[in-house]
Amino acid sequence: MRPKVCILRTAGTNCDKETAFAFQQAGAQPELVHVNKLISREKTLSDYQIFVLPGGFSYGDDIAAGKILANELRCKLNRSLKEFIAAGKLIIGICNGFQVLVKSGFLPGNDALEQEASLIINDCGSFRDEWVYLKSQVKCVWAKDLPAEIYLPIAHGEGKFVVRDNQVLARLKKNNQIVFKYRNNPNGSLEDIAGICDLTGRILGLMPHPERHIDILQHPRWEKTAGKKIGHGFLIIKNGVDYARNNLRR
Amino acid sequence: MFWKIEVFDQPGIFDAVGAGVEKDILDLGIDSVKKVSFIQVYHIEGAISRCELEKICAELLADRISQDYRIADEKKQSSPKGGFIVEVAYNPGVMDPVEDSTLKAIRDLGIGGVTSVKTAKRYLLKGDLDESQLKTISEKLLCNKLIQHVVKLPACRTGRQVTRHKSQELGYKFSLVIVDLLEASDKRLLEISSQGQLFLNVIEMGRIKDYFVRLGRNPADCELETIAQTWSEHCGHKTFRGKIEYKEIIGSQVHKVITHKRIPAPPMASGTRAQGKTLKIDNLLKSTIMKVTKELNKPWCVSVFKDNSGVIEFDEKHNVCFKVETHNHPSALEPFGGANTGIGGVIRDPMGTGLGAKPFLNTDVFCFAPPDYPFAKLPKGTLHPKRIAKGVVSGVRDYGNKMGIPTVNGAVLFHEGFVGNPLVYCGTAGIMPKDKSFKLTSAGELIVVVGGRTGRDGIHGATFSSGELTHESETVSSGAVQIGDPIQEKKMLDTLLQARDLGLYTAITDCGAGGLSSAVGEMAQELGCRVDLEKVPLKYKGLSYTEIWISESQERMTISVKKEKLTRLLKIFKAENVEATVIGEFTDTKRLQLFYHNHLVCDLDMKFLHEGLPKTEKKAVYTQPEHREPAIPFKKDLTAPLKKLLGRYDICSKEWVVRQYDHEVQGGTMLKPMVGVVNDGPSDAAIVKPVLDSRKAVIVSNGINFRYGFIDPYWMAASCIDEALRQIIAVGGSLEKVALLDNFCWGNPDKPDRLGSLVRASYGCYDIAKAFGVPFISGKDSLYNEYAVHGKSQAIPGTILISAISVMEDAGKAVSMYAKNPGDLIYIVGATAEELGGSHYYGLFGSIGNQVPRVDPKRALPVFRALSRLSQAGLIRAMHDCSEGGLAVAAAEMAFSGGLGMDLFLSEVPYEPRQKARNDFVLFSESNSRFIVEIDGSARKEFEKSLKGIAHGLIGCVSGGSGFKILGLDKEICVQTDINDLKESWQAPLRW
Repeated sequence: MRPKVCILRTAGTNCDKETAFAFQQAGAQPELVHVNKLISREKTLSDYQIFVLPGGFSYGDDIAAGKILANELRCKLNRSLKEFIAAGKLIIGICNGFQVLVKSGFLPGNDALEQEASLIINDCGSFRDEWVYLKSQVKCVWAKDLPAEIYLPIAHGEGKFVVRDNQVLARLKKNNQIVFKYRNNPNGSLEDIAGICDLTGRILGLMPHPERHIDILQHPRWEKTAGKKIGHGFLIIKNGVDYARNNLRR
Repeated sequence: MFWKIEVFDQPGIFDAVGAGVEKDILDLGIDSVKKVSFIQVYHIEGAISRCELEKICAELLADRISQDYRIADEKKQSSPKGGFIVEVAYNPGVMDPVEDSTLKAIRDLGIGGVTSVKTAKRYLLKGDLDESQLKTISEKLLCNKLIQHVVKLPACRTGRQVTRHKSQELGYKFSLVIVDLLEASDKRLLEISSQGQLFLNVIEMGRIKDYFVRLGRNPADCELETIAQTWSEHCGHKTFRGKIEYKEIIGSQVHKVITHKRIPAPPMASGTRAQGKTLKIDNLLKSTIMKVTKELNKPWCVSVFKDNSGVIEFDEKHNVCFKVETHNHPSALEPFGGANTGIGGVIRDPMGTGLGAKPFLNTDVFCFAPPDYPFAKLPKGTLHPKRIAKGVVSGVRDYGNKMGIPTVNGAVLFHEGFVGNPLVYCGTAGIMPKDKSFKLTSAGELIVVVGGRTGRDGIHGATFSSGELTHESETVSSGAVQIGDPIQEKKMLDTLLQARDLGLYTAITDCGAGGLSSAVGEMAQELGCRVDLEKVPLKYKGLSYTEIWISESQERMTISVKKEKLTRLLKIFKAENVEATVIGEFTDTKRLQLFYHNHLVCDLDMKFLHEGLPKTEKKAVYTQPEHREPAIPFKKDLTAPLKKLLGRYDICSKEWVVRQYDHEVQGGTMLKPMVGVVNDGPSDAAIVKPVLDSRKAVIVSNGINFRYGFIDPYWMAASCIDEALRQIIAVGGSLEKVALLDNFCWGNPDKPDRLGSLVRASYGCYDIAKAFGVPFISGKDSLYNEYAVHGKSQAIPGTILISAISVMEDAGKAVSMYAKNPGDLIYIVGATAEELGGSHYYGLFGSIGNQVPRVDPKRALPVFRALSRLSQAGLIRAMHDCSEGGLAVAAAEMAFSGGLGMDLFLSEVPYEPRQKARNDFVLFSESNSRFIVEIDGSARKEFEKSLKGIAHGLIGCVSGGSGFKILGLDKEICVQTDINDLKESWQAPLRW
């Protein structure tokens, strides 16, 4: 059974197609769904097993990156999202999607959906596209059995992870919610944090783009990868799809 | 009610925006600012309660983790101790890019009373500044008065500023403006042309007058504007399509033969140039650029020189198209906005090709004055080149990244000649299904305008680009500058592609220069049309019918829709909040008829509009310049010159630019702009896979070098073609399916010397492209690139950009440029001649010289073909093309990008000295058609066998350490250094 994946689109989403391609390669059945269709109930979130917030500049990143879409999710789709999460289903937010999840309070996550962390302007002050090495840390559904270090590209202007206070950080650590850390911090993130999950490990948000390292030809030094075919990003996507296939009913 | 909200970082949060401004202030030469803090200001207007306002601030405007907000109180407003406040807001009528989305978000919060949101940026400057320094910072850095103004503070009295925003909302009262042409003398005709910014000459104005004399009436302003737009240099390419009398002067004599055999003899004659004193050219474009395409007649060329971009075949299912445009004048005045709308505009070219292509890569090439140009020398009214460079890069970054199109290739060059007029070339390639590659409108179909609304922005852009810049340009032509809204364009693209795939429209074109007037005018050319101008959705009231018609507001496309498909079509746009409006109908009248509330405001014969333009007749003279040959002292150790060359602005690392662009969105970018063991070396061409589940790919490259044009524009064009092609070969491509775009940026073509060099460059394009067997598929010319220096008009260096696109069967066969393995062999392939004219090495000595690099396709083709076969066979580990800086720079780049040393010896370089052989000339000659190649030692036999009869030499090997050593012709060390030193020389200059 191919798990159904809802890839959210709105004005300014721009990584939707390659993200859909990645999920398709990993054995899922992705569908690009405009946010208007979820709000108008033409489409229903509960029909899907995985909800993806892909990269891009939702609403131009006006006010702040991901802010307007985060606000829209909180105000318009709060209930269906909570039900989706309560049903044990999976969510992944990549880059702009991570910014949305954090600013809407779904990550790190608490009952009141209160925002406890943020992603703000890179210390360098500008957008940056580069490949980064990531240490993966815990037993998040999406990060299962990853190599100790993975290689993915980042491409963002507002990826510096910050938290409200030390308690939030302490809780993230204690609950093993820090999923990815940069080997070389590219943006000034607190404790080199590149990605976090919720308490259940089923909601993941990360700044790097797994969908940009599916095929080994996407690796910047593909000639030196000694016959490998699959990129590290594929492993993350595949983890989600496999989990959904094995644990969630269509 | 009217509220002002200030949002700022919490204490302890690093203010990255402020820190960036601090750096920029240092660039202005002001070092007394200790700290800059940034505050985002929102002006909110509407009937809302204080409690609702607090909710908007807390939940929306301020990030609760990192920011705080303050609802401004005039009484507490005062300058901070030892500091200054500069607040910058948009001018009335300029679109605030944040307004729409913020209003939407406020409505999402359940708050309905807000009617307007405007933003401003406030900067707190701490430190000692005098009045003039503050003015410099405000005007040169923080604010561009074309679109913004510095707010006089304190002026935020609650409820007061409302009138300012409202002022643009004044209504428009219709009255038809008639221009008296029938009675006008020639002098008066010219006055009408210049007062109306029509940029038409007296012959053209006379032709228009004759037309209306025949009609027995005077034209409405709108008719005159429509003709001016259609006949502008920008839209009509008058110079290239007109008549030219061309002659060449060599030494002090008028050269009697046009063939280039005599002016330092080119290796071939095109055979097309008649004997005689002057050559009469009727349509330069058809005689050179388009002629190559016609004569080569490649079956895979799908659509050339017709549509908004050139189209070639990609695979069984798809075609790809490519276009490069310029946006020079707007970028000179407002770098961010100019470049922003430049890339926005060229993206709409593939979108408007056939039935619409999906853009999948961008390229950009810029020419600026050197970033260390002295402020005191700046011509009046010009911005500093560093400010222009930063603004242009930000503009391209903003639009390209937000559109989700990877910017994968480009170049940045510097020369003083661009100080008043930078060059900003933006290119976009798109992909579309084969059955969506052509358009066909028929009478009775509806004209639908899609996307953004129409405002007063960009009025007269097309005609503006057909004149020279003066220090008054910024005031006279301020309307020509637009602000882009990439998200609007992205929404439009998303929905248009859905409608295309459902077959809901029959034709599409973009509203670029000339706005609706050229878009609709072009689509209706063979048919005729009727447009009701009052139906065009406006940004604000107050536009006249003519302004609506010629406005160049961004993010709009025009499509042709069959009536029965309209409902389905409109539904698609509505579902994603994109505006689409029927504004008229295509007819079979062969007339362009415009109405404003049922008043006929324009009634023109299509034939006159599109074919009535009298052929211009221009004179062109090319005079061969004679430069001083430098006497360069012989030096034994050439390490220092090599480092200096690596640090030349043109050659040094452009990583600062490249990293700001998303070059990997869409997931298809395979060979990236920066490559190497730590991804920081300069890649030659980019390789992108537009279809994710296929290994088939597209290669794009750019060739540009205006310095050769100082010696001979013919060889400049030739070298640029060679450069674009050899980059394709260098990354593992072939010449099988390569198409070129030409892009001429030149001075005023009404001046014979400017036009002379343009003609000569065009013949270079013809000869060399033809000999290589590569067709042109589209192109662009931007003429009138001149600016005033102390009242004297100065032309930019005539510059041609050759962009190449190629189809690659298997992206897995790609070759990158960085050294891979210690012990590997290093070859040079292709002959080195003593060609240092226009080289950067001569540049180090302030000289140009005369021995410009030439191209000999007969010798180059075997090189290209052999290397292509070798990379297909997988025998090449790394390959880099020799261009600016010659073989030494190419080899150094390969070494430090791979993190490996090299030992090289010049005695094995195939080299043809003119006089006495010199190490420096071998190292730094910029001869074309050369490559540095790395292979595994075990492949040596096969490699050399494949190169039989081709100039090549085994010049060294990759070494294990980090040493970089070159033995000269005399077998003595001439370069000895460490790759890390070389890399530092290369990276330092533009590490901004």
